[in-house]
Amino acid sequence: MKNRSYLALEGISVTFPTRNGPFTALDQIDLSIEKGEFVALIGHSGCGKSTLLNVIAGLTKASRGVVFLDGEVIDRPGPDRAVIFQDHSLLPWLTVEENVRLAVDQTMKGSRAERRDWVRHNLELVHMTHALGKRPAELSGGMKQRVGIARAIAMSPRVLLMDEPFGALDALTRASLQDAVMDIQAKTNNTVVMITHDVDEAVLLADRVVMMTNGPAATIGEDLRVGLPRPRNRIEVAESRDYIQARAEVLHFLHQRFSNPADQAAA
Amino acid sequence: MLSTANAVATFSHTPETADDGESEAVVAPPSPAPAAAAPSKELPVRRLPRIVEAAGEAAATIFPTLVVIAALLAVWQFACAAPTSALPSPSRIWTESHDVIMHPLKGVTFHGIVPSVEDGDVGIAVHIVTSLRRVAIGFGLAALCGIGLGVLIGQSRLAYRALDPLFQVLRTVPPLAWLPISLAVFQQAQPSTIFLIFITAIWPVILNTAAGVQAIPPTYRNVGKVLALNPYQYFVKIMLPATVPHMFTGLRIGVGMSWLAIVAAEMVQGGTGIGFFIWDSYNSSLLTDTIVALVWIGLVGFSLDRIVGWIGRRIAHQS
Repeated sequence: MKNRSYLALEGISVTFPTRNGPFTALDQIDLSIEKGEFVALIGHSGCGKSTLLNVIAGLTKASRGVVFLDGEVIDRPGPDRAVIFQDHSLLPWLTVEENVRLAVDQTMKGSRAERRDWVRHNLELVHMTHALGKRPAELSGGMKQRVGIARAIAMSPRVLLMDEPFGALDALTRASLQDAVMDIQAKTNNTVVMITHDVDEAVLLADRVVMMTNGPAATIGEDLRVGLPRPRNRIEVAESRDYIQARAEVLHFLHQRFSNPADQAAA
Repeated sequence: MLSTANAVATFSHTPETADDGESEAVVAPPSPAPAAAAPSKELPVRRLPRIVEAAGEAAATIFPTLVVIAALLAVWQFACAAPTSALPSPSRIWTESHDVIMHPLKGVTFHGIVPSVEDGDVGIAVHIVTSLRRVAIGFGLAALCGIGLGVLIGQSRLAYRALDPLFQVLRTVPPLAWLPISLAVFQQAQPSTIFLIFITAIWPVILNTAAGVQAIPPTYRNVGKVLALNPYQYFVKIMLPATVPHMFTGLRIGVGMSWLAIVAAEMVQGGTGIGFFIWDSYNSSLLTDTIVALVWIGLVGFSLDRIVGWIGRRIAHQS
């Protein structure tokens, strides 16, 4: 038997039927992620990164290929792969606490008090205990996403999936949430796959930046290891040589090698 | 034109009771006519407690309606003033149907708070309650089945394709067209009336619930999937709360339609109920009684609509 990584994608292809015949979104993707690794998936809009994340989440079925998590085949969604959605997707009729509570009740055994404390603990990690009884509509975008993060990590997932989690936020809020994610990651050491199209975000947060080629039939173009030591501080890191070089490589990939779909068709 | 003054005075009774608390608290002299209520609330409002302010706002909302009603009554009174007029004037209604207007609870005796109804000639409120009871049963069944079927066709594409065309055709059938079938099947007046209510009210409930289920944002579905909620949990925790606003739109339309249907059904079948009351008064050439019944029907229908709407808002806020 092959020695697989913790999370292993083997030959993943996704084809959607359309009116003009089948459309291949992803073509033969192989990706191996070790336990505790933080991987950023980056690529232009429409390159199929969300599709790939949904395949790992089990929300989209791969047309070909298999996803293994800890040696088991993944074929359906489950709370062991928590997703942080771009639009936070908190349930508007539940309070902050109830939203997290719903996830905890699904994933955690133990007494009421234990579950309650676990909900509070995770909301503390994102600094949202002040809003326990509030409904999502009363919160700002950044706060909602903090709760979304708390909900996901409260599920103690084996893999944490983030689908452009900060895409809808302004730059300052985004920075503070990135810091929050780095903080939490230092404590929990989750295995994370994050989709982004922000180069700085990818390099700052991730251990590896996986760059995807343009669709259709997108695949992995380059896989860059970011060797920056942790904990990372956004101001110090910005001046380091490793950071600047990693950033330059990703930019080069996105804006020269795969700048637009026409180049991709020629390649 | 004593009768004109009489009619207007009758009606101006309502505004005074409506904003009594307000006008008396705001200004010392109680406004004799509704026209005086508007200027009276302008000046002192700023320094007054919140409740008075709220009452003032309510009065400002109601006031235009009252003016229109008063004007309509006046025109009606003027147009139908002749004793030979086919349509009775408001003042004639007041005099001829005095008993019906003033004794809606005729035939009801109270033992403590428990009412008991005598047989025979009863007041209009008793007829209304009889009709409401039928609506409660028929509409209750329609709400249950309608929400069930709505969830089914909203959730399953196959069920939608199979059933939606059927529903779309059936919902256009007027309530009374069901009556012969209903009578033939149930043989008795009571169950067939209830069936009529049911079959009238169920369509908007089904179709609105289905639309609500179909409109659940895909991200909520994904949350349900990621959390691996079982179908029952998904129904209770996500589908139901997400669909409540649509559901209550359907229920609100449904309750209005069942009120339309009950009156029609009772008119045809006779015996008891507000529909029967109308038919009976028509047969006895008591057109004024019919008009009184019309007002009752309108007010009760309006209240039903508001009650269902209010419950919907309460549930939407809580869940």
